[in-house]
Amino acid sequence: MVIKKDGKIIVHPYIPNSVPEVQEEMLKVIGVSSIEELIDKVIPKELQFKGELGLPEPLLSEYELKRHVMKILSKNKTCEECLCFLGGGTWPHYVPAICDEIASRAEFLTAYAGETYEDHGRWQALFEYQSFMAELLDMDVVSVPIYSWGHAAGTSIRMASRITGKNEALIVDTISPERRRIIENYVEPHVKIKWIKHDPETGMMDLEDLKSKIPSNTAAVYFENPSYLGFIETQGKEISEIAHDKGALVVVGVDPISLGVLELPSHYGADIVCGDLQPLGIHMNFGGGLAGFVATRDDPKFVKEIPYRIFGLAKTIVEGEYGFGDLAFERTSFMVRETPTESKEFVGTAAALWGIVAGVYLALMGPKGMWEIGKTIMQRSKYAMKRLSEIEGVMVPRFKAPHFKEFVVDFNATNMTVKEINARLLDYGIIGGIDLSRDFPELGNSALYCVTEIHTKEDIDRLHDALEEIISGRRKR
Amino acid sequence: MEKKKVGLIVNPIAGMGGRVGLKGTDGWDIVEKAIKLGAKPWSPERAKRVFKKLLTIKDEIELLTYQGEMGERVAVECSFEPKVIGKPASARTTAEDTKRAAREMVKQGVDLIIFVGGDGTARDIYDSIGLDAVVVGVPAGVKMYSGVFASSPEAAGELAVRYLKGEIKDMIEQEVLDIDEEKFRQGVFSVRLYGYLRIPFDKRYIVGGKSTTSINEKLNQEAIATDVIEDMEDNCYYIIGPGTTTKTILKKLNLDYSLLGVDIIYNGELVGKDLNEKQILEIIDGKKAKIIVSPIGGQGYVFGRGNHQISPAVIRKVGGKPNIIIVATQQKIISLRGRPLLVDTNDRTLDKELSGWYRVIVGYKERLMYRVEPG
Amino acid sequence: MGIVKLRKNFHQAKWDEPIIFELSTPGERGILVPQVEKEIEEVVGDGLSDLPPHMIRKEPPKLPEISQNRVLRHYLRLSQETLGADINIDIGQGTCTMKYSPKINEVLVRSPKVTELHPLQDESTIQGALEIMYKLDLLLRKLSGFDRFTFQPGGGSQAIFTMASIIYKYHKVHGNDHKDEIITTLLSHPSDAAAPKVKGFKVIDIPPDPETGYPDLEASKEAVSRRTAGLIICNPEDTEIFNPYVKEMTEIVHEVGGLCAYDIANANGIMGIVRPVDLGFDMSFYNLHKTFSSPHGCGGPGVGALGVKKELEPFLPVPVVEYDEKNKRYYLKYDLPHTIGKVREFYGVFPAVVRAYAWMMSLGEEGIKEVARVAILNNNYVMTRILKKVKGASISFPKTKYRVSQVRYTFEKLAEDTGVRVEDIIRRMADFGFHLWTSHHPWIVPEPFTIEPTESYSKDDLDEYIEGLKTAAQEAYENPEIVRNAPHQSTIHKIADLSMLEDPEKWVPTWRVYLRKYGKK
Repeated sequence: MVIKKDGKIIVHPYIPNSVPEVQEEMLKVIGVSSIEELIDKVIPKELQFKGELGLPEPLLSEYELKRHVMKILSKNKTCEECLCFLGGGTWPHYVPAICDEIASRAEFLTAYAGETYEDHGRWQALFEYQSFMAELLDMDVVSVPIYSWGHAAGTSIRMASRITGKNEALIVDTISPERRRIIENYVEPHVKIKWIKHDPETGMMDLEDLKSKIPSNTAAVYFENPSYLGFIETQGKEISEIAHDKGALVVVGVDPISLGVLELPSHYGADIVCGDLQPLGIHMNFGGGLAGFVATRDDPKFVKEIPYRIFGLAKTIVEGEYGFGDLAFERTSFMVRETPTESKEFVGTAAALWGIVAGVYLALMGPKGMWEIGKTIMQRSKYAMKRLSEIEGVMVPRFKAPHFKEFVVDFNATNMTVKEINARLLDYGIIGGIDLSRDFPELGNSALYCVTEIHTKEDIDRLHDALEEIISGRRKR
Repeated sequence: MEKKKVGLIVNPIAGMGGRVGLKGTDGWDIVEKAIKLGAKPWSPERAKRVFKKLLTIKDEIELLTYQGEMGERVAVECSFEPKVIGKPASARTTAEDTKRAAREMVKQGVDLIIFVGGDGTARDIYDSIGLDAVVVGVPAGVKMYSGVFASSPEAAGELAVRYLKGEIKDMIEQEVLDIDEEKFRQGVFSVRLYGYLRIPFDKRYIVGGKSTTSINEKLNQEAIATDVIEDMEDNCYYIIGPGTTTKTILKKLNLDYSLLGVDIIYNGELVGKDLNEKQILEIIDGKKAKIIVSPIGGQGYVFGRGNHQISPAVIRKVGGKPNIIIVATQQKIISLRGRPLLVDTNDRTLDKELSGWYRVIVGYKERLMYRVEPG
Repeated sequence: MGIVKLRKNFHQAKWDEPIIFELSTPGERGILVPQVEKEIEEVVGDGLSDLPPHMIRKEPPKLPEISQNRVLRHYLRLSQETLGADINIDIGQGTCTMKYSPKINEVLVRSPKVTELHPLQDESTIQGALEIMYKLDLLLRKLSGFDRFTFQPGGGSQAIFTMASIIYKYHKVHGNDHKDEIITTLLSHPSDAAAPKVKGFKVIDIPPDPETGYPDLEASKEAVSRRTAGLIICNPEDTEIFNPYVKEMTEIVHEVGGLCAYDIANANGIMGIVRPVDLGFDMSFYNLHKTFSSPHGCGGPGVGALGVKKELEPFLPVPVVEYDEKNKRYYLKYDLPHTIGKVREFYGVFPAVVRAYAWMMSLGEEGIKEVARVAILNNNYVMTRILKKVKGASISFPKTKYRVSQVRYTFEKLAEDTGVRVEDIIRRMADFGFHLWTSHHPWIVPEPFTIEPTESYSKDDLDEYIEGLKTAAQEAYENPEIVRNAPHQSTIHKIADLSMLEDPEKWVPTWRVYLRKYGKK
């Protein structure tokens, strides 16, 4: 019984059987006199915690609870209230109303691990998501969503190690710093990482450095396209040739929203593709909208190394009727011991709902939509780069290469740090790009700016005008 | 579904000794003794219970069997129309009849052989066709040490039906064990590993759900072998006991091996194959040695069923418990249903010394603490 | 008190809904993308001219073309064909803790104050988010006795991996190269064995004592050695038989310098009754998407909230949320000297954190204790009635009479008597609008099924479910064919050809593979 301090008995709406009379009845059926007696039977008295935990008083009415939480949340300034140019692993894109509608459907929201019979809709929705991604990537096999891109990249590298039997991975040093830390923790101790330099002019992978570092023990070469720093790696074919020549696999991390216009990794030699689904109809959610994926071709050698669930089609006992099931279940959490890499990793609750939502997004967009959004993002970001380059002291883009969505803005000649600039931008109601000075010291005072389909000409001009004022103001001093 | 060919072999004298306290009916002299003691044929009744299950797919199978008591009579009584492909040499059916029937069935391209009998019958099937066919054993004998039998005639029928319907795709090799007749005549009770038969393996498939991992026996054995090989020390003799799990170690090292016997590896090389006790003792005399064994048969005997060559003398020379490595697949462990592993070396003191907790190797870098007790 | 009646006429929604690709009509549009203003077009053209031709996609993706309301209709139908926890009495998904996910929490997380936040925004603009994270941290500290929580792991298994990473790093920093073994139990979650292997550990399983059902203490003693790096276990395990010697186990491991990690994904029955830190653990995690009511989302996203003792704080993944008393502001701390790095980008699934916070605040101290108490009450009530009413059912490890908040049952007797197996019963339960789940591997309990009532269902709800199970079991004895060929009232019928899921030549992971291998339907 929930007893308030003043002796009243409260029945909580979340706990139907906290009604005292019901509890009495149930205790009678069990044959004990009190719940305490039951607890003593299952947990030794000496291990029980008797006392106050120190948790607060409950906010019993829904109204009080809502006010309390909204009061705290209202201290946030959102990317709708401010003009936001942040990207770097999660990006502000438009979320169609239908995506929100399906994401909030009670059935999808609260389903979990039922079979293909009673949870048929969920299985079909995820199979369709897999199928959409397969078309977007032009690869036959896509896993159910996993935690995030970083985790998917770590897995892809371990997969490559298991498939090739080798234990080194070559990774270009321009990948996302967040993903770098994830991969480093994930592959140790089985895979050693060697970092490949990039060309300071174009940002792209230094092929000579790659060639020099690729001995015959390389399992995988990993790069991201578009890069974390926004430029497009155009040497995919060459990289694949070098890697395959030495018996290494090519793993590419992609932003799926770019694939309506950009050439596909599977076309320039990628063996395993990974990435994040967040741009496809999922809100940023303060970093909670991430969902990773792993894709390969339909080759059992690859498929059996994917440690995550893959939903497959299966016939039922009724002619023409189809259901779904887990494909080759044995892949998960079991091991084949031919390779130095030890295990098939682990599988658990990850990000399935976002997979369904990404499916809805791709269904709405269709081939034309994906082309249009890729094009409009390229146009807008190009426009932004052009306008910002008009500001004296600002060099943009830092890298002499084509870009998609994000680009590095070099502020070194302005004598202002990115920190200072961003602080000033806040006064204008603008959230500036990511400060790269800590993770990429060779870039000095540079920031990563992100421009998507949500940024209008007016927004971009506003950014230009604000920066112009901030920088010239400082310069004049 | 095109008709599947199913061979049926009934050993009419199997099990007759049991009810009257005889140890097995391997020969007609025993059978006559049994009949005098009031025994009636048992296996035909067991066979009928299998047919009850087979009735559900009656029209999809073509039944092949031998005349009379070796299968035809029971089949007809259960409303089947079997194709009779041969007959026993005389009214007193013998092991030879079983073997001939099995060979003929394989020749005729059967999809499955169902045999009704005990360890002796299993032995005969193995002798005649080895791993050439998939079989289902219906328990009807007295001696039932082998792992090839289903838990009941109904279970055998179920297994057969599911296999024939294509619901079961995997096979597993199960041990054929039997009492060592030689030793038995000398008054020593010793169970020998004869060989392996291929049985359909019901992987227990659930479509979907949270459960990860089902068990692939072969992969499991390879994982275990890799683990063992990685930890093998230099300049140490490894005595490898019989069984498919242990021999995977030798296979992985590309060495020759004897599936049913004891082999010794030293520094990655084979130094002895199918050795007897004396030979083993000679090789390891004064040297560092370890024993690698796996449980054999349905009761989980680690010593005493099928590996008598690893005698108390050998075990003592190796240094006892600390130098014994037990390997077992998950499937094997699960089949024990929580019962301990057993040892029966014929030396009760040694059995006690060997008892206790072991780190059983059940996978790559995976150990399961398991109890061993005197059996 | 309502009438308890089995819904014999229930039929799951069955729309015969084709795979969405088959709805495609060339030319239809689901949504239009904002085009750039004329001025931008004039300045940059089509934006693609900078791209070398080989980097432009040649063929458009073969996505279906469907107008907006048709997409909506398709997904709404699929949603109807899904038996979410909101819509059924979801006690049959044992170990999943399918409790009520309060809708007020959905209202909160759909606020733009949650959805439209970028994690890398200036800290002054995200004080609300940091405050909620910090406050949930404080609440969980009080619940568990630990000193610091991180919400970075995206689920229970990832939290286990994080704990294994911490153990790995801890010993690396202390120069304990010889410590390469992790001890777990056979009935702990499979990830408790799988995740440590990713960090190179050898895993030693302790089996349950066949009589009592909890891990054998003797075996634990024998398993521990100087090579023991740590212990990662559930307690209670899936069978929810509380191990009375858990403190002895953690002591033995500490004696050899190992760390003790506690997997309490299934904490629902012990909250407020047992404090993880009191049992001798150095770290543990809770599943916010199970115990703390964040919805399961078909399989995520979720959070494995990991709590550690002070000594292990330096090893946590970065960043953690800190509070600056002086300036009254929240900030992100990155400089943890021995951090394992990261397991996930940014800070975790924030919506799950908000929901967990709201849920805890709604219940308070008394309420949370009541949750555990009622979970135990409901579970033992269901168990008592199942053992009385459901033919052929019994509990695993019958020597231990009571359980905490879930039970692993067995239909061994039913299978022996009738030949009907637990998979068949599961499919028959779908005909009544219920889920039923078996067990994690390995199946050391034969024909297993696991039921976890939680605190969310009323007595009538529980009785209705038991009625369903009772009926299915009875049918197994009296009319087995109806159970074996179930389901009959669900969206589809029994899956027939398993080779389509196993054979590489036949399997179908995506629609395009189906078309290639099997031609148009």
